[in-house]
Amino acid sequence: MMEKRIRVLVAKPGLDGHDRGAKVVARALRDAGFEVIYTGLRQTPEQIAEAALQEDVNVVAMSILSGAHPHLFPKVVELVRANGMNDTLIVGGGVIPEGDIPALKEAGIAEVFTPGTPTGNIVEFIKANVK
Amino acid sequence: MDIVKDLLNGSRLALSRTITAIENEYDEAVDIMKELYPHTGHAFVLGITGPPGAGKSTMTDKLARAYRNMGKTVGIIAVDPTSPFSGGAILGDRIRMNSLTLDEGVFIRSMGTRGSLGGLSHKTADAVKALDAFGKDVIFVETVGVGQSEVDIVKAADTTMVVLIPGMGDDIQAIKAGILEIGDVFAINKADHDGADKLQMELNMMLDLDGEMKEWRPPIQKVIASQGEGINELVAQLDKHYSYIKENGVLEQRRHERTRTELMELLNASIGRYITNSIVKTGRLDNYLEDIKSRANDPYTIVRSLLDELLVK
Repeated sequence: MMEKRIRVLVAKPGLDGHDRGAKVVARALRDAGFEVIYTGLRQTPEQIAEAALQEDVNVVAMSILSGAHPHLFPKVVELVRANGMNDTLIVGGGVIPEGDIPALKEAGIAEVFTPGTPTGNIVEFIKANVK
Repeated sequence: MDIVKDLLNGSRLALSRTITAIENEYDEAVDIMKELYPHTGHAFVLGITGPPGAGKSTMTDKLARAYRNMGKTVGIIAVDPTSPFSGGAILGDRIRMNSLTLDEGVFIRSMGTRGSLGGLSHKTADAVKALDAFGKDVIFVETVGVGQSEVDIVKAADTTMVVLIPGMGDDIQAIKAGILEIGDVFAINKADHDGADKLQMELNMMLDLDGEMKEWRPPIQKVIASQGEGINELVAQLDKHYSYIKENGVLEQRRHERTRTELMELLNASIGRYITNSIVKTGRLDNYLEDIKSRANDPYTIVRSLLDELLVK
């Protein structure tokens, strides 16, 4: 059997048009040997969940800067699980106030990476937690 | 096997997991393919190739929508390059296809080349079979952005479309060997840019040079994919080619050739793996390497004697 290659969907839910952070993370994940599927800006939770299904990714990594994370992140978790993808690791990042993080984790976001996080930490977290 | 049954019953998750098993060469992949094989052979496989930035993904998006409007279901395999250094990849073709994501009649899968150099991945053909067995009517295979010699697509597709854009070189480029030889249909994208007419003329001249020998003269269609201009005409050309190859036995011949290539590749890969396993696991490989280093033996003699030992009764 060949070595399994980690596949990550990097997604931008919501309406903010800033994907510099998502692109930096995508590049770092590529350099770590992951296959990164990048779907571009302004994705609905439904589009993200469907792309995750078709691409059979191990990880969904979302970036959001608009403040809509309390609504959109849990919605993606719900839809991904409803598709039968129970093992998919779902993480988030962007401008997320500390106070919002416990609720997001409660909703199934495995980890939240805020501005200033070294990309190496994201790689390490994925490697340690991916199934 | 459950995953096969689920796939044949229309489970997109089963289809997706099947392609993963194929790509990662999981042990169960061979058994899955065995069961899917009788259900394949129905789809029209359309290859889309061309240089980076020519608009292959945008064109795939527009063509897929055109086929959906005709009531056909669509599968898309989009290949992007894998880094030879890290093994990682950015697969970004979906960016141009977001409007198709929520259409249940469309299934899009991105693949990295994973070391293959011909513009596809080694597993593309099997992924196409999975989509075929799933029941897709039309399957698009979009290659990586190619240079001049990545022509594996012709072995995988029924019809090959080459997408070109103006401004990429003089007419000597057009008579070189390689991707310009494999087009069944040519699309000149970004046809509103300077040089589109010149490119069309050069392509025509190139095609005239080998015109009389061929029954099918590849049509050249100008397109502005981002605006949808010329897409319906392009679909008509693609359909015309498909009818032509069906009626003239070309399709049968191409599929025969493909089956032959696939069988030979599978056979060669299996034999190679069998021999490699037998000498690596037993540690004999290291002994051979020592013998070769000290010139006590040479690679040619070793290969000959291994073939005699392992394959000939």
